[in-house]
Amino acid sequence: MTAPVLACRGVRKVFGPSVVLDGLDLDVAEHEVVALIGASGSGKSTLLRCVNLLEELDDGTIHLDGEHITDPRVNPDLVRRRIGIVFQSYNLFPHLTVLDNITLAPVRVHKRSRADARAQALALLERIGLAAKADAYPDRLSGGQQQRVAIVRALVNAPRLLLLDEVTSALDPELVGEVLELIRDLKGEGMTMILATHEMSFARSVADRVCFLDGGRIVEQGPPAQIFDAPAEPRTRQFLRRLSSPP
Amino acid sequence: MARRDGGRSRVVVSSPTWAPTPPVKAGPGPSAVQRDRIAWRRRQTIRSVLIAAASTLVLGVALVFAVTGAPGWDRVRQSFFDPSIALDALPAVLDGLWLNVRLLVFCALGSLALGLLIALLRTLRGPVFFPVRALAVSYTYTFRGLPLIIVLYVMTLGVPGLRLQGMPSVLVLGGAALVLTYSGYIAEVFRAGIESVHPSQVAAARSLGLTYRQAMRHVVLPQAVRRVAPPLLNDTVALQKDVGLVSLAGPIDAVRAAQIATAEHFNYTPYIVAGVLFVLLAIPLIAVTDWVTLRAARRQAGR
Repeated sequence: MTAPVLACRGVRKVFGPSVVLDGLDLDVAEHEVVALIGASGSGKSTLLRCVNLLEELDDGTIHLDGEHITDPRVNPDLVRRRIGIVFQSYNLFPHLTVLDNITLAPVRVHKRSRADARAQALALLERIGLAAKADAYPDRLSGGQQQRVAIVRALVNAPRLLLLDEVTSALDPELVGEVLELIRDLKGEGMTMILATHEMSFARSVADRVCFLDGGRIVEQGPPAQIFDAPAEPRTRQFLRRLSSPP
Repeated sequence: MARRDGGRSRVVVSSPTWAPTPPVKAGPGPSAVQRDRIAWRRRQTIRSVLIAAASTLVLGVALVFAVTGAPGWDRVRQSFFDPSIALDALPAVLDGLWLNVRLLVFCALGSLALGLLIALLRTLRGPVFFPVRALAVSYTYTFRGLPLIIVLYVMTLGVPGLRLQGMPSVLVLGGAALVLTYSGYIAEVFRAGIESVHPSQVAAARSLGLTYRQAMRHVVLPQAVRRVAPPLLNDTVALQKDVGLVSLAGPIDAVRAAQIATAEHFNYTPYIVAGVLFVLLAIPLIAVTDWVTLRAARRQAGR
């Protein structure tokens, strides 16, 4: 078996008095899609932010391709270039056009030529059917379109690992589909992904493995069919039961 | 919730007495309802314009009567609104105004640049830059606290007293005093703009691999500068009036020229001339910035 792309060991994160991540372990293999499920505040988003070094750990280690990235001597900018993250609220840059949003990092970080970056960005936009919006500013786009642009912006760096933080939570139900379709395409291309999600049916259909988080730990994990149809842990059963029949 | 009223509550079933809602005619062009709506709105617009014109006229006439009907009006008109004296003083006041304009351009560009630099120095991170940050903070505290006139006196009277080689003219020193004071305010305006950009924008930029400095330069600053354009204009208009204070050190600006003309004629009309010229000078400045702000907003909205 090859070494995992990502290896988290005993990851701990504390905000004031509340322990958000409490010694969490997680391995993600190449081309694997892992879905993180759990109640709000169970630590899904915090884990993704820790992996992208947007938060500092309070204990434990994270390795990316065997390299210890939570070593304080590691330059976080170099690590982030290898990890893409997409946020719940898109976070596109409002003062830049769609095309400039996508080419900012390739031009400034990877020092590629503007023409080269534009060509690649246009090709990606073409693929998601938004080439006509290349010169529009983000607020002229629907939520679903903005989120797809945000995904493309993260992809243009050719990341080893893509983190998706509840990317459909801020979208109208009819716009969720186009974003999920794009994520499904990425899985088909072999992208390694971790997605924090509340879309259980999507997690079931796209994920190779589902992890149920509670109290800052992974309580139970396994193939979707096992987690959703035959959960072993009482807390998992309780969580899923509450989802299927809201009070 | 059920209401308790002694068991006498009763459900009232009203009979359908209303007429059925008529359908809106479908066909080419707007329906009759919509045409009626457009005509009504047009009548309302004409009515508002007429009312506004009438009320403005009434107020204007009342003001004119109140001022010209005042017992001292003839005396005031002679000493403040004398056309011949206005014409006489105009060349000297315009000469002075040219000094104001040149100083304004120099000082506005100087204090914008210095203010932005100081605001950026405050955002520098890392222990090496601690003294730079401390200096930038104390700069804004000092020059916002210090009265402009004192800075002017120190720069135009004190500094030449050092008798250094290559001492610039009093005008340049006075301009430097204005730049020192105004850049303190402008730095704080820029800093407020920088802090108003949501942290999620920095997170998004950093997650793409941009360094802190690149995120500042390409993501935070462009948004910050756009947001603070109106308050910056405000400071520029205030500066436009304060540049005249260099006349305290000798150079003759528009207000000082008006003062001299006033003393010559024993008449205050030159002050009114200078005042009108200052307002005329401010109008294009305000219009240009309004236009720039509007264009940026429109472009961002894609309309």
